[in-house]
Amino acid sequence: MNQTWSRFNVTSVFLGLAFLYLPIVLLVIYSFNESKLVTVWGGFSTKWYGSLFQNQGLMDAAWVTIRVGLLSATVATVLGTMAALALTRYTRFRGRMLFSGMVFAPLVMPDVITGLSLLLLFVAVGFDRGFVTVTLAHITLTMCFVAVVVQSRLLTFDRSLEEAAMDLGATPVKTFFQVTLPVILPAIVSGWMLAFTLSLDDLVIASFASGPGATTLPMKIYSQVRLGVTPEINAACTILIGIVAAGVIVASVFNKRREVQRLRDEQAAQRG
Amino acid sequence: MTDAAMSTTAVKAGGPVNAVLNRLVIIVPYLWLLFFFLVPFLIVFKISLSQTAIAMPPYTPSFDLSEGIGGLLSGLKELSFDNYVWLTQDPLYFNAYVSSVVIAAVSTLLTLLVGYPIAYGMARAPTTIRPTLLMLVILPFWTSFLIRVYAWIGILKPEGLLNQVLLATGIISEPLIILNTYTAIFIGIVYSYLPFMVLPLYSALEKMDYSLIEAAEDLGCPPIMAFWKITFPLSIPGVVAGCLLVFIPAVGEFVIPDLLGGSQTLMIGKTLWNEFFANRDWPVSSAVAVILLLILIVPIVFFQQAQAKAQEQGR
Repeated sequence: MNQTWSRFNVTSVFLGLAFLYLPIVLLVIYSFNESKLVTVWGGFSTKWYGSLFQNQGLMDAAWVTIRVGLLSATVATVLGTMAALALTRYTRFRGRMLFSGMVFAPLVMPDVITGLSLLLLFVAVGFDRGFVTVTLAHITLTMCFVAVVVQSRLLTFDRSLEEAAMDLGATPVKTFFQVTLPVILPAIVSGWMLAFTLSLDDLVIASFASGPGATTLPMKIYSQVRLGVTPEINAACTILIGIVAAGVIVASVFNKRREVQRLRDEQAAQRG
Repeated sequence: MTDAAMSTTAVKAGGPVNAVLNRLVIIVPYLWLLFFFLVPFLIVFKISLSQTAIAMPPYTPSFDLSEGIGGLLSGLKELSFDNYVWLTQDPLYFNAYVSSVVIAAVSTLLTLLVGYPIAYGMARAPTTIRPTLLMLVILPFWTSFLIRVYAWIGILKPEGLLNQVLLATGIISEPLIILNTYTAIFIGIVYSYLPFMVLPLYSALEKMDYSLIEAAEDLGCPPIMAFWKITFPLSIPGVVAGCLLVFIPAVGEFVIPDLLGGSQTLMIGKTLWNEFFANRDWPVSSAVAVILLLILIVPIVFFQQAQAKAQEQGR
């Protein structure tokens, strides 16, 4: 089929991407603004980045956020991968309907409901609110996203590979780690990254689940935004965007390399 | 709840260790979600039936499980629907629910109108650049929601960038008031949820066989008719998935109405937040959450079934 990319289609994609990126680009540009007024350009300056690092409250919040993110993303990846395996491999077990419901519902559940319900749970069982409760809340939210990402990879996975390994005498555990895991690893990596960024982003659930001493960066940014837009917040946002963009680029290069390596291996196998 | 994991076809002839491991894969995430997702909803429901009190936690417990059956019975007697009655008496709540559903529905429609041409254009792009386009649509989703909403404040303010551009080009002579209106909420929701709409639409449109369109056009069907008769019906699964992914979270949205909508606009997510954080009224905010969940339960179940169906087809 020889189709050209019509002018209408080019325009709509271009306008769509412009709409998606323009606000972010403007935010980054104005973080380098000399003037304290966010919307008046007063010349190039990096002074807001300097004052950002002087801001102890913001730095503490960033540190809390990173720790919560790393810990919750890691646990969520393990739990989410298990949930994905359970959903794709076990087509019949008692309560499967409830299980799949609980995996999919958090994806669309409004944050205010999830946040409030988790808070009431923590109060009911007498947990002190703080670092631990925010982490637990984020694990619960993000494991469902990991499960969906890993599940979509598992659905296209060729199970005859596993059967071959087991026919050759590998135990199921060994088969999982030596055959299944390497194949689904890219999905697990992107699941982890998604979990980490979701945790980094979350304002609403963290506000409910957190307590004194565990203010996350979004909570800090939110409380400052309510007082007004400042270039310092633009600078903080730019750094966050930079970290996420770098992470996504590294991950896509990593995936690309694996893909190239896999193609090479396949070609070598065919030649040999 | 261990019997939830009575497995299954896949338990192969392994040792008992393997059988246990197989079950753990189900049991561990199952128990986690039961405890941290399902049980909390029951607690919300319970607290929505209790009385507000000036204490910490600020409600009178309606059940005392330590007293056994007697506690349960006396608890049942003390259950009160006062909070729900209160919600029906104050028109604020009713209006907030209605306006949330209306705002979410209108923004879902707007997102569909904005997202469809983008997804369509992507699906018809040369195959070599499709992965890049896909990546470009997903990337903003990875940057913080809060930051993306915040970015719009600087654009929509009366002295913001949009008004500066429009005034400088002479299109308008007075700055437009957009921030702190419903218009700003619509812009915010469309912008933030656009990737959720584009991605399912794209995957539905990309699978489509375009020789169908060519056949229709060869037979004399005008392009617009061909779109309505062939392309759009074939993309319905993507439309449904995209609309649900936008509509359900948008009804309970808090950040967008709070930052872009100002104090004049009414949405239930903001009402719940204020009841909880400003008024410290836990039972009323629980009742607000229960009603919100009841409103959303139908679309959520619908969404789950669409997901399960897609999963079956992928198998």
